[in-house]
Amino acid sequence: MQIFEYNGSALVAMVGKNCFAIASDQKLGVQLQTIATDFQRISKIHDRLFLGLSGLATDAQTLYQRLVFRHKLYQLREERDMKPETFANLVSAILYEKRFGPYFCQPVIAGLGDEDKPFICTMDSIGAKELAKDFVVAGTASESLYGACESMFKENMEPEELFETVSQALLASVDGDCLSGWGGHVYVVTPTEVKERILKGRMD
Amino acid sequence: MKMECVFGFVGNGFAVVAADTSAVHSILVHKSNEDKIMVLDSHKLIAASGESGDRVQFTEYIQKNVALYQFRNGIPLTTAAAANFTRGELATALRKNPYFVNILLAGYDKETGPSLYYIDYIATLHKVDKGAFGYGSYFSLSMMDRHYHSGMTVEEAIDLVDKCIMEIRSRLVVAPPNFVIKIVDKDGARQYAWRESVKDAAVASA
Repeated sequence: MQIFEYNGSALVAMVGKNCFAIASDQKLGVQLQTIATDFQRISKIHDRLFLGLSGLATDAQTLYQRLVFRHKLYQLREERDMKPETFANLVSAILYEKRFGPYFCQPVIAGLGDEDKPFICTMDSIGAKELAKDFVVAGTASESLYGACESMFKENMEPEELFETVSQALLASVDGDCLSGWGGHVYVVTPTEVKERILKGRMD
Repeated sequence: MKMECVFGFVGNGFAVVAADTSAVHSILVHKSNEDKIMVLDSHKLIAASGESGDRVQFTEYIQKNVALYQFRNGIPLTTAAAANFTRGELATALRKNPYFVNILLAGYDKETGPSLYYIDYIATLHKVDKGAFGYGSYFSLSMMDRHYHSGMTVEEAIDLVDKCIMEIRSRLVVAPPNFVIKIVDKDGARQYAWRESVKDAAVASA
């Protein structure tokens, strides 16, 4: 029994022109059984920063609660929101704290930094950061996602085209993975608005 | 741990949960009228399955803490708050001394109506319309997938519960003989019915 495959998940984040998209599947499973088809893997930290957590759902929930707590404390002390780069460092530090008894999660962080420059990164379960200029993926469907994103990605896509690209990449990849799927949940974030959309894919 | 059957779902203004009532150790059935659905407070039910010692200890611990909150603050916890508290306790214990208890927490709140929370033993929490644990879940979830729709009446709901129990009884090789059904709605949490196919023999007096 693989701990990272216990619940199943698929996460992807992509950079566009002054915008980013972050998408996940909606399935919550327990090994071979499907428990729910409306599980939220992506959470908003603040208006310009989103966090997706793949891997073991219980650790994703615990980690999310800890990170929201730390961010709220930061907001009280600094009287401003955290920059995405700073938040990524925080997540990395919190994960490495548990180096010899880790959270079984792989986070995907996506945000708009200074001058509305999109920032995405992922890290492994012990906080090794992987910054990318184009896209990052995580979850049981990550290998398919790498292939789909690599072939579909173009630089400087506008929000609408970015949405199409990330949606097609996600749906194509989760169809090849039995542990993720049951639709998609996509956030496209520009400096002015956040568009949240649900995708209907193969419901199986 | 997988041999215990617990399932439940949300209807029109109520939530119903059913659990088997066998207390089993290896091949021996200690008793067949063990109530595994605890009344957490006036409008909450906690249906638990898993390791019997953990089940009783953990659910009583949750029940007493929920009561303490009400004493201290003068108002009861909402179902969501109770569910999150339960998950927090399971999560804290997970990497030290885990409780092997799976929980379906059903409740009714005046503002938000009925709700059902799925909390598994590794503290995964999710609000659901229908949920089930154990080997019986392979049958009850499928029956619910087929027959469940939102806004069912109590009669339709009990009919579906009976369908699930029939399926478990006929298809599960280690099927438990007896079940208890409890319901929670605006009038509170209460026992609805028993479904017994084996009654405990009366104990002869000394």
